[in-house]
Amino acid sequence: MSTPSTFQERKREVTRLQELVYELRVRDAMTTPVITVTPQTTMAEFREVLRANRISGTPVVEGGQMVGIISIEDLIKALAAGELGATVGEKMTPRPVTLYDDEPLVHAVGKFASLGYGRFPVINRQGDLVGILVQGDIVRTLLRQLEVEYHEEEIRRYRASHIFEDILADQVTLRFRYQVPGGDFERAGEASSRLKKTLSRLGIHPRIVRRVAIAAYEAEMNIVIYTDGGELIAEVDPEKVYLQAVDDGPGIPDIQRAMEPGFSTAPDWVREMGFGAGMGLPNIQSCADEMHLESTVGVGTRLEVVIYLDSGGRPCGG
Amino acid sequence: MKLREVLQLIDGKVLTRNTDLDLEVRMGCGADLMSDVLAFTHEGTLLMSGLTNPQVVRTAEMAGIQAIVFVRGKIPPPETIALAEEKGIALLASKYTMFETCGRLYKAGLPSCGLFESSLKRWREFFGEE
Repeated sequence: MSTPSTFQERKREVTRLQELVYELRVRDAMTTPVITVTPQTTMAEFREVLRANRISGTPVVEGGQMVGIISIEDLIKALAAGELGATVGEKMTPRPVTLYDDEPLVHAVGKFASLGYGRFPVINRQGDLVGILVQGDIVRTLLRQLEVEYHEEEIRRYRASHIFEDILADQVTLRFRYQVPGGDFERAGEASSRLKKTLSRLGIHPRIVRRVAIAAYEAEMNIVIYTDGGELIAEVDPEKVYLQAVDDGPGIPDIQRAMEPGFSTAPDWVREMGFGAGMGLPNIQSCADEMHLESTVGVGTRLEVVIYLDSGGRPCGG
Repeated sequence: MKLREVLQLIDGKVLTRNTDLDLEVRMGCGADLMSDVLAFTHEGTLLMSGLTNPQVVRTAEMAGIQAIVFVRGKIPPPETIALAEEKGIALLASKYTMFETCGRLYKAGLPSCGLFESSLKRWREFFGEE
């Protein structure tokens, strides 16, 4: 069922829509080939073009060059003035605002909103007219893409659940353990890298894999920066990934402060490497569906993160 | 936008071997803070950074970033390039500043990664707006 049933799911779908307008291009939504008229076409002929093709406007082309745009609004004005014998050249809007075919759709959304036009001709970077875009095209494309992704997701879910179905047991949990050496900046991230690959191979949704990978990597960096070493343990069952980052020293004196964005005790050499800005734990939290952190000074720290496999669409922090 | 176009727009050079210049990047992010890269990007982002250590490549790998541009004429050490080649991540170099490198690409139509819920939350908390 693709109908979102809870507020959380609706929110996820809205976030996904916001991402899609950045990811999709104008060419993914435009209508092509584009129907055109010439400046010499009469308004009466133009009316027939609109009716026969069930469209509301066309670019005006002369000698291979786009010289204007004409719409049903222009036709209505000509009708009211009894000027159906006039030519398109007299009634068109010259030098129309265009979109590039490789622009992200979000640019088109912005232009529709700010300029109030009903349609934009689409050109390529060489200046050739390649299509036309109306507002309805955008909505239709977004809905179609969501549907495609929904089907892809169903297939992925099948793959992820497949391995569990092939193993005969009342309950199956796969457990992966990775050693993380402390202080070894050169190799920091290898454990998370291997975990990411493993989860991808299991067929888990790429967005889930990305969230687990980011949480694991931030946790791994904390182990490398602040401790003498520890381990990452990921347990995967048909519902969730349960990630633990465990070390035995030195512990976090004030967990509440450690969770504050921007709070950091990192030494300068760590900051010079682009880490230690106090965003690690907040980042982990924004990727996690559930997070638990416990620490005892002089004993060690245990971070637990749960990410549900069906929490698909949302990005970290989304 | 293909890496080929990116290179043209920033007068850039390729640092890695076997780089697929037909690779499509969908949006761009400029950051020197690796946690920001992890928090404010999506799959298929082009990363602009002034940091050149191997962790930039690791960070990119985790975030699903397939190409990185080093700005301000910075050339990464051999271990960074080696790791990127192993991970199949393209490394490019730009002599321009972070601002100009990003500006040239944005002007040519490469969009940003958009707004994030975590940023909006802080914004609303501080400014009290919806």
